[in-house]
Amino acid sequence: MLRKLVLLFFVGISMFAQEVPKEKQVYKEGSIEVKSYDYQNLALLLQPKDETVYVVNFWATWCAPCIKELPYFEQLHENYKDKNVKVILVSLDFPKKAQSNLLSFIKRKKLKATVVHLDDPDANSWIEKVASEWSGAIPATLIYDKNQKKFYEQAFTYEELENALQLLLKTN
Amino acid sequence: MRNFKMAATVVLFGLLTAFGVKNAVSGYQIGDMATDFKLKNVDSKMVSMADYKDAKGFIVIFTCNHCPYAVAYEDRIIALDKKYKKLGYPVIAINPNNPEVQPQDSFELMQVRAKEKKFTFPYLFDEGQHIYPQYGATKTPHVYVLQKTKAGNEVKYIGAIDDNHSDEKAVKTKYVEAAVDALLKNQEVATKTTKAIGCSIKA
Repeated sequence: MLRKLVLLFFVGISMFAQEVPKEKQVYKEGSIEVKSYDYQNLALLLQPKDETVYVVNFWATWCAPCIKELPYFEQLHENYKDKNVKVILVSLDFPKKAQSNLLSFIKRKKLKATVVHLDDPDANSWIEKVASEWSGAIPATLIYDKNQKKFYEQAFTYEELENALQLLLKTN
Repeated sequence: MRNFKMAATVVLFGLLTAFGVKNAVSGYQIGDMATDFKLKNVDSKMVSMADYKDAKGFIVIFTCNHCPYAVAYEDRIIALDKKYKKLGYPVIAINPNNPEVQPQDSFELMQVRAKEKKFTFPYLFDEGQHIYPQYGATKTPHVYVLQKTKAGNEVKYIGAIDDNHSDEKAVKTKYVEAAVDALLKNQEVATKTTKAIGCSIKA
């Protein structure tokens, strides 16, 4: 019975892993490109793979505390990009403003970490899936790999952010 | 087989840690009695729920000037007040933000915004940020529907106004309206809590 269950589990995982996230839309200007997903497809994109550690930050260009901590995520990306750490910045900018505000912000700030856009207005259907303890306030950050997941509904300093990442790296 | 079992245990353990429920309980839960307040309105008069002798309950909304989500809901908040004030459930809006952290949410700018948008409801300033933590509000907008009972103002719904912040025309479920409609019919509120994205409260 256990064997069957485990087998079923692995079959399930491998089927899931093969699914490719489909974007709703691609915002583009010059060399800057941001893919926009609904939650279901974003979840596929955020699915942990291999030994990679994911640092996923939920933010928006109009969110002051988000903008303040964004350089720390960039710094973390720079310092850990060769260490199997993937920083993904999930923008919650309003779809109507994504083309204008989000792209120009990425250009102005020369963001290097991956930016994707989440366009799924029925937030009640997905907030709990991101993290059961998330109230919905931004900024919010997930740090996880295939074994562990930590959620933070707060703004970080660089030191706090690096400590949070180290906490996960150490316990592996 | 032994290795397989071990692997299974490791995977299961991983899943449990990864998706384990870790819900920090703070602020009000459904069924709690909400505290009254005495806060300054944009007309400089103090407002409490106790002032509303004839109300059957309240739609308390933590909201503010600066947050785009709050701004996106302003017209819908006015509509809620217009519809439900006469039925006994007036809107009371409270700005929980500290203007030292978020200058756009100062009392003076609240007065400006209330006038511009012709708010039909009190827009109160949570001076010193004492009220919102008791409710457990974490963001703007964050709604609490209260029903007046003999024991106090009972929390009947916590969460979002509806299920689409960015496009009012695409709204499928109006959570607050459904909650108040149920209370008006002496029925159980079907969806008691929802979550929405919002701006973190600036304390």
